Amino acid sequence: MKKEESNIKAYEQNYTTMVPGAFAKKMRTCVIWQFFRFIVLNIKMLIVVSKSH
Amino acid sequence: MARVVILGGGVSGHTAATFAAKWLGSAHEVVVVTPNSKWNWIPSNIWVGVGEMSKEEVTFDLAPVYAKAGITYKQAKAVSLNPEGSESSDKPFVTVEFTQEGREGESEDIEYDYVVNATGPKLNFGATPGLDAGHTVSVCTADHAVHASSEFKKSIERMKSGERQKFLIGTGHGMCTCQGAAFEYIFNIEHELTKAGVRDLADIKWISNESFLGDFGMGGLHMKVGGYTVSSKIFTESLFTERDVSWIIGAHVSKVEAGRIEYELLDGSTGEEEFDFSMLIPPFAGVGLKAYAKDGSDITSTVFAPNGFMKVDANYGAGSYENWKASDWPATYQNPTYDNMFACGIAFAPPHGISKPMSSPNGTPINPTPPRTGMPSGIIGKAVAHSICDKILKGENAPLREASMADMGAACVASAGKGIFDGTAAAMTVYPVVPDFEKYPGTGRDTDYTFGEVGLAGHWIKHILHHMFIYKAKLKPGWTLIPE
Repeated sequence: MKKEESNIKAYEQNYTTMVPGAFAKKMRTCVIWQFFRFIVLNIKMLIVVSKSH
Repeated sequence: MARVVILGGGVSGHTAATFAAKWLGSAHEVVVVTPNSKWNWIPSNIWVGVGEMSKEEVTFDLAPVYAKAGITYKQAKAVSLNPEGSESSDKPFVTVEFTQEGREGESEDIEYDYVVNATGPKLNFGATPGLDAGHTVSVCTADHAVHASSEFKKSIERMKSGERQKFLIGTGHGMCTCQGAAFEYIFNIEHELTKAGVRDLADIKWISNESFLGDFGMGGLHMKVGGYTVSSKIFTESLFTERDVSWIIGAHVSKVEAGRIEYELLDGSTGEEEFDFSMLIPPFAGVGLKAYAKDGSDITSTVFAPNGFMKVDANYGAGSYENWKASDWPATYQNPTYDNMFACGIAFAPPHGISKPMSSPNGTPINPTPPRTGMPSGIIGKAVAHSICDKILKGENAPLREASMADMGAACVASAGKGIFDGTAAAMTVYPVVPDFEKYPGTGRDTDYTFGEVGLAGHWIKHILHHMFIYKAKLKPGWTLIPE
């Protein structure tokens, strides 16, 4: 059994959604990858902030 | 010399006051009336509520900051407005009652040339029977969050001694806003329980008035992911499933008792839920300011909407959802009756919701009311200050600055757990805040500028924003360079 899929219960409210796999979850707290995402997210946010002022 | 009186010292009022003082200089007077002695960075209250931050870390004393900025500070609450003055004077004034220690109960009439209503909301716990009885906690203020943290710790102790606990987090009424704060709190609770090693003894449930998960009071949002345009519903349901949190949506909490709530759903059915620990956000209302004409007659209904928020340049006659337009939303936040009166932040009356209005077959309205907090609140406060300063410095005919929520975006970071290496947050931007289905058919928003993702980077951003905005609010060097 894949641990990340174990919370899905057949024909209950969460049966039709998606769940992240082990790799996606690992990347969420991978410091190197997240440092890169930190830069990307900041740029994206600054663009939206600049469009809003 | 002109006098600008700002009612409220929250995100919007503080922004308006500090910029007005900077732009007007010492030739004019800026007065802030707020019942609180401390400023509170409210987005970090969720971390106080789980014991990861102290009250002192999210608040600071207002008096020294206002003294430094040359702002006259009155620790008092506004009671009424007399926009036409009194029978003995044409000068408009606001009546305030002091809350400052030693001056409680004293009142004063403060004359103004311009007034900004930035009072924020009244936390309307009384709207749901039992919500104000202390059976549940809240994170709406720093003190509430401190109390929530202490109750949460008791639950953890019970779990450590082997007792199973049921957590119920969400909205405490069918007309609540601020689903985002509850969303942050439930995942911080889950994160802390995991850290404490007691997650397997916890049943965590979400209850909210949203018709779908991920509505957040703004009708949800769509993001481009993997070549698809995907609804926030999918991502929110995914996170709930991943963290093993179940949910009740489309719910109006109708009664709260010790360890138990009753609710009504959009389909008209009713239910009840038991809990050991519950954080339910109350609905918001206006703070109950009154308004009087020159002859003393009550003109509150002229100045304020029935929910107590101040009327501004919005289209309040849009009618049903099918007729709603982005242009219904206010741009200048000027009161339509008195042009020296403005409202910003939560205190302005929105024209209607952002989420589609819904009600149960019994007629109970169950839908989120629109959020007016965070970045939009700061931008609106700054725009209002700019308009007033222009009128004072350039003349009465100076054009008003505009900051419609239908033309501005918002960056939002929703914490899902605190930790420098194991924390996560959903970092999101949305553009515009109010969907414009004429300009962006389909989703109502520009999906090139609307995105979101969960990760550690989002947590880092939220933590940096915490320090950055407190730095800005303290008016430390370079504060004007930090955007709202």
